[in-house]
Amino acid sequence: MNQSLLRVESLAKSYHGVPAVRGVSFTLERGEILALIGPNGAGKSTCFNMLNGQIRPNAGTILFEGQDVTASSPRSMWRRGVGRTFQITATFTSMTVRENLQTALLSHAGQLSRPFGKANRAFEVEADALLDRVGLRGQADRSCGELAYGDLKRLELAVALTNSPSLLLMDEPTAGMAPKERADLMRATAAIARERNVGILFTEHDMDIVFEHADRVMVLNRGELIAMGAPDVVRQDRQVRAIYLGEGLVHGDLAAAQVRH
Amino acid sequence: MALYLAQFLTGLAGAASLFLVASGLSIIFGVTRVVNFAHGAFYMVGAYVAYTLTERFEGAIGFWGGIVLSVLVVAALGGLVEILLLRRIYHAPDLFQLLATFGLTLMAEDLVVIIWGPEDLVGPRAPGLKGAVEVLGQAVPSYDLVLIALGPLVLGALWLLFHRTRFGILVRAATQDRDMVAALGVNQKWLFTAVFCLGVGLAALGGALQIPRDAVNHAMDLTVIVEAFVVVVIGGLGSVGGAFLASLLVAELNAFGILVLPGVSLVLVFVVMAVVLVLRPNGLLGRAEAPARGTGQMSSRPWRPLDAKAQFIALVAVAVAALLPLWLGPYGLAVGAEMLIFALFAMSLQFLMSTGGLASFGHAAYFGLGAYGAALAVKSLGWPMIPALGCGVMLGLAGAALFGWFCVRLAGVYFAMLTLAFAQIAWSAAFQWTAVTGGDNGLLGSWPDAWAASPRAFYWLSLAVAVGGIGALRILTFSPFGYGLRAVRDSSLRAEAIGIGRRHTQWVCFIVAGGFAALAGGLFAFLKGSVFPDALGIPTSVDGLVMVLLGGVGTVSGSVLGAVVYKALSVWLISQTDYSKLVLGAAIVGLVVLFPSGIGGFFSAWAGRRRVSTRATAAAPVEAAE
Amino acid sequence: MKRVLIAALLGGTFFGSGLAPTRADDIKIGEINSYSALPGFTEPYRKGWQLAVEEINAAGGINGKTLVVVSKDDAGKPAEAVTAANELVSSEGVAMLAGGFFSNIGLALADFAKQKKVFYFAGEPLTDAMVWAHGNHYTFRLRPSNYMQAAMLAEEAAKLPAKRWATIAPNYEYGQSAVAVFKNLLSAKRPDIEWVGEQWPTQGKIDAGPVVAAIAATQPDAILNVEFGPDLVKLVREGNTRGLFKDRAVVSFLTGEPEYLEPLKDEAPQGWIVTGYPWYGIHTPAHDAFLKAYEAKYNDHPRLGSVVGYTLIKAAAEVLRKAGSTDTDKLVGAAEGLSFPTPFGNATLRAIDHQATLGAFVGKTAVQDGKGVMVDFAYRDGAKYLPPDSEVKTFRPAE
Repeated sequence: MNQSLLRVESLAKSYHGVPAVRGVSFTLERGEILALIGPNGAGKSTCFNMLNGQIRPNAGTILFEGQDVTASSPRSMWRRGVGRTFQITATFTSMTVRENLQTALLSHAGQLSRPFGKANRAFEVEADALLDRVGLRGQADRSCGELAYGDLKRLELAVALTNSPSLLLMDEPTAGMAPKERADLMRATAAIARERNVGILFTEHDMDIVFEHADRVMVLNRGELIAMGAPDVVRQDRQVRAIYLGEGLVHGDLAAAQVRH
Repeated sequence: MALYLAQFLTGLAGAASLFLVASGLSIIFGVTRVVNFAHGAFYMVGAYVAYTLTERFEGAIGFWGGIVLSVLVVAALGGLVEILLLRRIYHAPDLFQLLATFGLTLMAEDLVVIIWGPEDLVGPRAPGLKGAVEVLGQAVPSYDLVLIALGPLVLGALWLLFHRTRFGILVRAATQDRDMVAALGVNQKWLFTAVFCLGVGLAALGGALQIPRDAVNHAMDLTVIVEAFVVVVIGGLGSVGGAFLASLLVAELNAFGILVLPGVSLVLVFVVMAVVLVLRPNGLLGRAEAPARGTGQMSSRPWRPLDAKAQFIALVAVAVAALLPLWLGPYGLAVGAEMLIFALFAMSLQFLMSTGGLASFGHAAYFGLGAYGAALAVKSLGWPMIPALGCGVMLGLAGAALFGWFCVRLAGVYFAMLTLAFAQIAWSAAFQWTAVTGGDNGLLGSWPDAWAASPRAFYWLSLAVAVGGIGALRILTFSPFGYGLRAVRDSSLRAEAIGIGRRHTQWVCFIVAGGFAALAGGLFAFLKGSVFPDALGIPTSVDGLVMVLLGGVGTVSGSVLGAVVYKALSVWLISQTDYSKLVLGAAIVGLVVLFPSGIGGFFSAWAGRRRVSTRATAAAPVEAAE
Repeated sequence: MKRVLIAALLGGTFFGSGLAPTRADDIKIGEINSYSALPGFTEPYRKGWQLAVEEINAAGGINGKTLVVVSKDDAGKPAEAVTAANELVSSEGVAMLAGGFFSNIGLALADFAKQKKVFYFAGEPLTDAMVWAHGNHYTFRLRPSNYMQAAMLAEEAAKLPAKRWATIAPNYEYGQSAVAVFKNLLSAKRPDIEWVGEQWPTQGKIDAGPVVAAIAATQPDAILNVEFGPDLVKLVREGNTRGLFKDRAVVSFLTGEPEYLEPLKDEAPQGWIVTGYPWYGIHTPAHDAFLKAYEAKYNDHPRLGSVVGYTLIKAAAEVLRKAGSTDTDKLVGAAEGLSFPTPFGNATLRAIDHQATLGAFVGKTAVQDGKGVMVDFAYRDGAKYLPPDSEVKTFRPAE
């Protein structure tokens, strides 16, 4: 039987009795790009953090490549082949751009406990190839602390790719970037998904990005999935329009709507 | 029953005294994030000034007026310190302010002797409060009752200040989120000054109120500063209510503890702190520390292994050091060996602090364990020097593995204070366990084997070990393990997401740093021929910290420079003057102002600028050609 | 720039400490003490030995050579004391080492002396280990030891009717051994005595209120106190306020020394049996001469530290004079059995354990004219308060 890359069943989480995520279920296939959208406070981040093991769910199961990974640690999710980027970039600011990747590559190769040898000579070719991929090759030797925000986002993506993941979790990958950069980054991401057959789940506020690049879209509201399907279907969904987008909005207004965030 | 009530009341009085000092420290830390090492010095100066004033003015008005006046005088002094010194270094790396205030403390200890003379001063009793009140047949000093009332009174006054005034609301806001308060356009400068004055004033009040009970002396500061810190941490950083609760806990446990174990006060507060921190990582009432935004702690130039030119310079330096025995006599060589040993000790702490991002206040524990391990192997087992050193290292590693396992569960100042607690527990073991360690009379006769007994041979041995150790730690810093460590330090979120376990990595780092510190400690035992508990005492830990901060916490091995400068200065000054603390303190304050990124940091920045400028000039013609 | 700054900082703060210019044929004594850590004791101590140096050189020096004392601070740390000893021996070429206050520093210096084969004359360190358990061929000690002081006090204590005893002592070797020896000696004399309570506050950090209450709760007839310095002040104040000492005998180590008694002013305890130094009441030719010279030079009265410093250097000079050489073995030979004058009368450096027989004054405390003083005191010759030679031999390690 053809297994889904990621199968989430009835995932739930509440904080101090207040439910944040209620019974979310979905699947994600290899090579598929799935967007998770919803207004602020809908539970996207909680959902995301449960998938990569940062938060323990109260109920539900997460199957990754057919195996139960519910409440696995972020570390073991990484070892299983899940890469992730953060909404607020988390990089190693004291290192150069290339060293960030070398560190991740060393970790993937299980060599990070080696107490000798120069780490900045390790995996140079692989690191540079990844930097090429996200368009950061020219900045490889710059200190990560002095990068522009958009470049940090790209670095995040490159780092998330170092374990050749089969699943990529991207939490608002383009937030804070200029419109042109957003499109570039998402094109690169989509290419990766197709070439390497990687499943991608991402959250995003920019509706243009979502509807242009996602194969499917899920809409979360107050912790519940209220719609799921192809972009066009979701766009026409009455419940979505009513609850999330606001009644009466047409596509042209979506771009205006996201400006608020 | 009556005894317990009396003991409880006495404990309350002790708690009130402790609370006054601790609350000031907590407020200062909460707002300015300054670890104010000089808090005890202000307490002491408060007592001295109050002594002078209350001796001059008579009667109840003279006494209480003198106390109030001394508080105002010392608070003003605190304001001056804040404006003239601390303002210059708020943007320096974390803990750098600790170095500056440590320098002030050293100066204060000598200055009070110069101003007030060397003898202990016994101030007047509070008029009308000389006697005792009978409580169920037990005599309770009436002055204690005043203190008991004062504690909650000050707590209440602080609560009103923080909740009912604009100043207080700003202080609370700043404690929660400094950047936000700044963004709202509040003048941080004067807020900080006012808060510092307030905190210092509370310390001075605590000191001034002791004069009817204590003898005013030049060592008062050290007895109170550590205890105040412990109370602040037990209560939760920045929480005044927590400080109150912790004062109560510590003072009452002490009052009742000595009924059961008469010697318990030696270690009690540290055991309490260790237990509280293991169970509640943020203290009793503390919140998790919000990670500071854009700390700018690390220099923007990423660390690099030494390039060819720097390698050459390092090689020349080692060669020169190796040739020193041609010129230096036995004394010079002994001092040289001591500097090398401390360079290795400081480097091991720097590995923990700079590479690992874990500032330890108790690193001397492993230095001391190394020293005791080596000396015990020589004395009890009759081992030769090299295996004895190995024994010291093993003991240091074991201690670091045990203590580190608990410590790496915490972060920031809480981590630092738990390391301090364990170091003090180790110290009191060395101090109390007379049968094994000789107590404070120490272990004597740990002299080097014949082949290393000559000052030259021992110097070369120290040089070899120090260079080897420092080199090994540098290699480790640039190895994959070092990168993993820095990854955890920079962003534990990202590190976990790429498969690096924070705790495990930091634990290994802690053990490695402990091992190298123990190696230095073992050599120290052979250099001095004896080991005493002060090898693992707080002053030794502080020395290490000072060396790292002086060298530059943002560097890989600036501490080597810091150790050489600090040790040379201190050995020379102790030999040359009785006021070595005054001069050393002044020198530290001067260095802090001149080199806010440490001496090593200053040089590497300077070298970096030169490199950039030569590259720029080389590139210029090419650009022109294009 | 940095160097200029440090030089500028240093410039203002040097108060020469024994940095007298020396000549090649001077005889040098290297002196080490905790000047910065314990100025209250070491200031009078320094004045004492400076007076001695002046007198010795005025009387023609040592066999015609000028005596020079090179003095170093140890900052109260054994490791720094060893550094200083190294400097004095290696760089200054001193004939002998002298000084020390804390027991652990004394022991570190004694072990250094043994290792480097240097003569060391300890002044103040009181621990019995100096001359017994860790005694060595090169180390001598001037002051009456812990054991001797305990023996003097136990003798008086035995005369008291008190049967229930409690002890308060600082929690380190000095306090522990003082209590242990006192208990042994007193229990041997008075098997009917019961030890009902003990308190071991941390040195320098006594929490006097709870300690006093805890001792009072054991209802002793008499109390042994070993606290000194600021801890003593706190204990006395708290004890007075709470009536701990009312109708109770108190026997106390060192409390009669002006260093500890004077700061207490009119709050000084009354009727305690103490060892000490009543400089105001000693009328012997030797002490009169010392007192006169000291007061003339410093316009201040001596403390016990002054006597220790003065006597230490005077006795050291006798050793150097008798040896007629700075060779260590000759110095040791000259010192063993040497009899020398002191402000308290003659004393001897015992050959058997290198302990001097200098004694102490035992008396009672009182308050006169708002000052604490000793009354009803008598000098106890140290020679009478040492165990028999056969026992002493077993205390010292074989060499």
